[in-house]
Amino acid sequence: MGELADATLLAAVAVGSVRCASALAGASWPRRSPAAAILLWQALGLAGGLAAVGALVAVGVNNEGTGVAGGVLIVGRRLATGELTSHQEPPLVTLAQITCLAAGISLLAILWWVLVMAFAAVVQARRRQRELLALLAHGDPKAPGALVVDHPTAAAYCLPGIRSRIVVSVGTLDLLAPAELVAVLEHERAHLRARHDLVLIPFTSLRRAFPRSRVIAQSYRTVALLVEMMADDHALRALPARELPTTVELLPARELAKALLRFGVAGTSCAPEGALTVTGAAAAGAGRGSGQLPSAGPAGASPSGGTEGEITARVSRLLEPPPPLPRFVQAGIVIAAALLVSGVVLLLIMP
Amino acid sequence: MNRLGELERAIMEVLWRTDSALTVREVSIGLPQTLAHTTVMTVLDRLAKKGFARRERDGRAWRYRPAATRDAYVAELMLTALDQTGDRSAALARFAQSVTGAEADVLREALAHLDEHQQPEGDTGNGLWGNWPTRHCSPRLP
Repeated sequence: MGELADATLLAAVAVGSVRCASALAGASWPRRSPAAAILLWQALGLAGGLAAVGALVAVGVNNEGTGVAGGVLIVGRRLATGELTSHQEPPLVTLAQITCLAAGISLLAILWWVLVMAFAAVVQARRRQRELLALLAHGDPKAPGALVVDHPTAAAYCLPGIRSRIVVSVGTLDLLAPAELVAVLEHERAHLRARHDLVLIPFTSLRRAFPRSRVIAQSYRTVALLVEMMADDHALRALPARELPTTVELLPARELAKALLRFGVAGTSCAPEGALTVTGAAAAGAGRGSGQLPSAGPAGASPSGGTEGEITARVSRLLEPPPPLPRFVQAGIVIAAALLVSGVVLLLIMP
Repeated sequence: MNRLGELERAIMEVLWRTDSALTVREVSIGLPQTLAHTTVMTVLDRLAKKGFARRERDGRAWRYRPAATRDAYVAELMLTALDQTGDRSAALARFAQSVTGAEADVLREALAHLDEHQQPEGDTGNGLWGNWPTRHCSPRLP
């Protein structure tokens, strides 16, 4: 009977995690303290996944009287010795239990597999990027510490890893004023320093595994935005300490905000490979302060679907920074996240 | 960058410069510095293994040509960065993505406003957002 109670509790945690994720995606407090919010997101994801697997497995190993984890061991031992059919239960119940157990184990395997695959895809994509950059990119005195790619479309990104790289396009150099470029480079440096890519990988892999799930897509977008906000914060903190071009009066938040806005209105061309350079040349015209309309992408090729409001949210946060959450609230969030995960683990282990 | 990387780059530049497939000797001639024949051969072999160069038999010699144009490779780099497929599998943290439509108009207005108010004095943070629709403003938190 204990396992059935466990299963109910675990199922409740799983459903509750999804509910909380939806609520958290709509909440406004995360942008006050992105780091705490991201921790809570990770805890919700981990606890939700473990609880969903645990609930299924708990039903599968019901009436063993040993707890979920212990039950799995017993079933495993029986499978090894071929005694699984020696149940007293009616065959239909046994069949239902085996189905649940198989579903639980499959779910765990899928979650693990997508994480591994996402990681492999990331490693491979980065290697390719590094090889291409070695052949194509060059340095530029305008962007110290960054690699420059000869392309008129504005882009700035970082390639995390042991040999990390910051990459900007010529279009970016044309688009931004020197102080804005300094702010952008600092933002990317913040990503690299804090290894924000590792924060995002679980959410990336989940989205690949369940592309139809709206909760997961929403979670991914929310966390990605929080990560950008965190990098904005770090960049602002680091900026005054760095040596800046003396000719510009620098208000870091303002420069970063202006850079974001310029990127937002610069326009990227959504062209297939090879054609990018041609249409990209048109986008180059949308240079700094020209007030030109961004080149529209081909019909139906909405570039993201998810970035609506991303720049707006970051800019308004930079220019009118909301006060961070009080210390004790942040501590409460950290404790809640820890309790959530350890609670699920306890439920799984305890008899 | 390491020496091998520099050589690969220099040799790709030679291959990209011409339309025809080149022999090792022809690549050597095109290089700015003089290199041993075997060195050039080794680097070309590496480039072929990485898929950046293709080679074809021509009698007893190999001829090399780039697998794709320089522009195509640049386009590949940028497509990954701009992430236009909507899949950030590479988990590249990028600065920002441009938008179109109504949001772009709002952003353009805000940018014009910021550029106008370049002088910090007499510029209250609130005034900056005067032109913004209220739904874009973050709520003033206590």
